[in-house]
Amino acid sequence: MTAPVYDVVVIGGGIVGAACAAECSAEGLRVAIVEAKMIGGGATAAGMGHLVVMDDSEAQFALTRYSQLLWEDVREELPGEVEYDACGTIWVAADEEEMGEVERKQRFYSERGVAVEVLDARALAEAEPNLRAGLVGGLRVAGDSVIYPPCAAQFFVDRALQRGAALFVGKAVQEITLDGVRLRDGSVISAGVIVNAAGSWSPSLTAGVDVKKRKGHLVITDRYPQFLRHQLVELGYLKSAHSLTADSVAFNIQPRRTGQLLIGSSRQYEVNDTTVETGILSRMLSRAIEYLPGLGKLSSLRAWTGFRAATPDKLPLIGPAVAQPRLYLATGHEGLGITTSLGTAKLLVDQIVNRTPKIDVAPYLPSRVPAHG
Amino acid sequence: MAETVRLVINGVEVTMPAGSMVSAAIMKTGTSVFRRSVTGEPRGPLCGMGLCFECRVTIDGEAHCRSCQTVCHDGMDVRTDE
Ligand SMILES: Cc1cc2nc3c(=O)[nH]c(=O)nc-3n(C[C@H](O)[C@H](O)[C@H](O)COP(=O)(O)OP(=O)(O)OC[C@H]3O[C@@H](n4cnc5c(N)ncnc54)[C@H](O)[C@@H]3O)c2cc1C
Ligand code: FES
Repeated sequence: MTAPVYDVVVIGGGIVGAACAAECSAEGLRVAIVEAKMIGGGATAAGMGHLVVMDDSEAQFALTRYSQLLWEDVREELPGEVEYDACGTIWVAADEEEMGEVERKQRFYSERGVAVEVLDARALAEAEPNLRAGLVGGLRVAGDSVIYPPCAAQFFVDRALQRGAALFVGKAVQEITLDGVRLRDGSVISAGVIVNAAGSWSPSLTAGVDVKKRKGHLVITDRYPQFLRHQLVELGYLKSAHSLTADSVAFNIQPRRTGQLLIGSSRQYEVNDTTVETGILSRMLSRAIEYLPGLGKLSSLRAWTGFRAATPDKLPLIGPAVAQPRLYLATGHEGLGITTSLGTAKLLVDQIVNRTPKIDVAPYLPSRVPAHG
Repeated sequence: MAETVRLVINGVEVTMPAGSMVSAAIMKTGTSVFRRSVTGEPRGPLCGMGLCFECRVTIDGEAHCRSCQTVCHDGMDVRTDE
């Protein structure tokens, strides 16, 4: 048997694959990256680049927080086109029930060392003058930020290349084999470890990976630099977005460094085509205008869709595939993969080189999913 | 008798024949930079017929109005990018 050419072959040049490749090469491993289309052109190009600490579960918190601190470590090195903006998040409460959620979040984050600030109605209006009157308050999370994800993916790929990685762009993996990957053109890349980081395409390469597409719509406006200061997310989100079956929309808007406004968000299951659907798009925009009435007068430039790679428990799959120990999964990042890409890369490499990770990996191990092949 | 309208462009009053387009009024002030691209490059009218969006200016506080498609009114306040 001949020795493999690479220590690691990473399938997928989205933000997750890119971060994993950079981390593996930093470890001194010989890395190959295989990307079927273009770097950062999948969900990474479609989504919002909100780097956000979340609190749906302890495991989700641990990974988002760990990742956010890693983003802070790297932020000085990010090139200008990554458009890192430490704008912070405000979770907006429209009624007393949602204000109760603000208080719960405030306790949750404070107890875990994340700086947050409760805003009353007046403080909220001062922070974001274009919000409608009558909102009850909000929670500001100053440490959250925003980036432009495709350029971040390119940055991490470049880092891997500087450390000697090989890049195969425009080459699709046809099949994962026991000792590497076979490309659609028939050639073979041999590697000791294979990483499936193909996002929502990952199940097509590894049978049994329980990742489903969850469609989202986004709209970007022209440049209105004074209109918005923070990423705003409604807390009504809790009532709508967590539904696992019905289509939902929620108010979620992001100020870009260019002055543009990126408006989300919608969630749809069992829809696999990329068509922009006017019905759900107009519901999404109406929701945004309910919160920011002035938005209705601004001009939008473009609407598009993307797919989140959703797992049943909303946590990513990071670690060895059950049926094939040298095959690792780094997928299923749902609506948080930009944020959690960096933590994912660390946890992946720690497992590959057999080192104890900084946070417990158990909640993200593919073996936790019973149906996994 | 030709009717005229007066508008203010970047703080300077301009008199135009009624029915003129805002783009023409801006040209009359000697300004060729209507707006700046995202990287700060100068931009001005290209097509003159509402298609290219290069002639956008702020009119009465509303950003990104196509000046080649907007008729001048009395008292209109027009701002171009610096
Ligand atoms: C509407 C929307 C909003 C979002 N907002 C946010 C947000 O604000 N914050 C956040 O953190 N996350 C957000 N996300 C989630 C985030 O975009 C994703 O989790 C993240 O981009 C996933 O990255 P990835 O590298 O796993 O997948 P992708 O970017 O999809 O990359 C997978 C890559 O694999 C390649 N590939 C597929 N099959 C093969 C093959 N056979 N061979 C070779 N290559 C292959 C594809 O071409 C692709 O480039 C959002 C997602 C959506 C859809
Ligand atoms: S000059 Fe082209 S749109 Fe006005």
